[in-house]
Amino acid sequence: MNSNKSLEILVGLFVSISIAALFFMALQVSHFNGLQSADSYEITAQFENISGLKNKALISMAGVPIGRVSDIQFNPEDYNALVTLQIEAQYNTLPSDTSASILTAGLLGEKYIGLTAGGLDEYLQAGDQIELTQSSLVLEQLISQFLFNKSDD
Amino acid sequence: MNFLQSIGQISLNSLAKCGRASIFLYHVLQSFSYLLTRPHLVIKQLFSVGVLSFWLIVISGLFVGMVLGLQGVYTLSTFGAESSLGIMVAASLVRELGPVISALLFAGRAGSALTAEIGLMKTTEQLAGMEMMAIDPLKYIMAPRFLAGFISLPLLALLFSSFGILGGHLAGVELLGVDTGSYWSQMQASIDFYDDIVNGIIKSLIFAALITWIALFEGYDAIPTSEGISRATTRTVVNSAFVILFFDFLLTALMFGSH
Repeated sequence: MNSNKSLEILVGLFVSISIAALFFMALQVSHFNGLQSADSYEITAQFENISGLKNKALISMAGVPIGRVSDIQFNPEDYNALVTLQIEAQYNTLPSDTSASILTAGLLGEKYIGLTAGGLDEYLQAGDQIELTQSSLVLEQLISQFLFNKSDD
Repeated sequence: MNFLQSIGQISLNSLAKCGRASIFLYHVLQSFSYLLTRPHLVIKQLFSVGVLSFWLIVISGLFVGMVLGLQGVYTLSTFGAESSLGIMVAASLVRELGPVISALLFAGRAGSALTAEIGLMKTTEQLAGMEMMAIDPLKYIMAPRFLAGFISLPLLALLFSSFGILGGHLAGVELLGVDTGSYWSQMQASIDFYDDIVNGIIKSLIFAALITWIALFEGYDAIPTSEGISRATTRTVVNSAFVILFFDFLLTALMFGSH
């Protein structure tokens, strides 16, 4: 009976350490946010070129993450990219002339969308579209522009 | 003719073995209800399968993480990207190395022990003796071992990954001076709970079922001699390693292939 008890204690210890490892993984490693309320609203933006922007990319304003990209689609009418931005519901006071640009974190980092607030008093509602957008910089285009300018001199 | 005959013999034998193994698995799964009233059988097996593998897994995880940390810093510093060390260590551990290496170690540590134990039970006619006493060895011996293996490998894989990440921190941050803030924050930014960690757990659940199935069946199907047991134990480790690596490729292609 006694050995049975110590055996059970060891098994219990093993299982609880493993569950602790799961919590460590969820909280420290992966920034688990399944428990937070997922209240958010969606707005869209059209970009001429999104090269490298991925689904779930960050949307930040003043450097603070306020949402994620939830969908990227090609718009066959205007030949540009239609990006759906999912903004957390608490940030519902973005001016309607907010501008969006695709930026890169660091030199080789991930692409993200940076929002810059405008000055109007009206706010963006769910389903609205951001009119002012700036595409991501494509290195090859920059270089070729630079070379063409050089050759003109 | 002899050549053709031997090919046919091998195929028929392996097909028959697959059939026996499937029927075996079916009966083991059927007898799980027997365990509902006898949880102490499972707890005893959890001890010998899970708890006794604890230190092996923890120490291997720590060292694998430390190697990843060291090698990661050397490789990433050529691109000036040491700050991404956390992503590299965590992603490779959580997605691949954690489930796979802990499964390989588990097959060597627990799988071979299960095969040898059951093979010896068969050789010494303990299984036949149980049947004589109207105790179904599939219910009393196999089912608790199967369940214990199925539960403990995912837990061990979680421990492996956690200690690996700590080991990577030890080698990369403490020894080689990568910034501790960027180690953790870059990791948190790019590891997703559902996409990476839950998929890793699903992987190790599948490995666990495969390894314990192979180990139990090889023991149950062993030729009841000392040589037969030794062969069965070898086959358990070799076949488990094959199956783990093959299924790892399949599962990775299914889970992470699209991105």
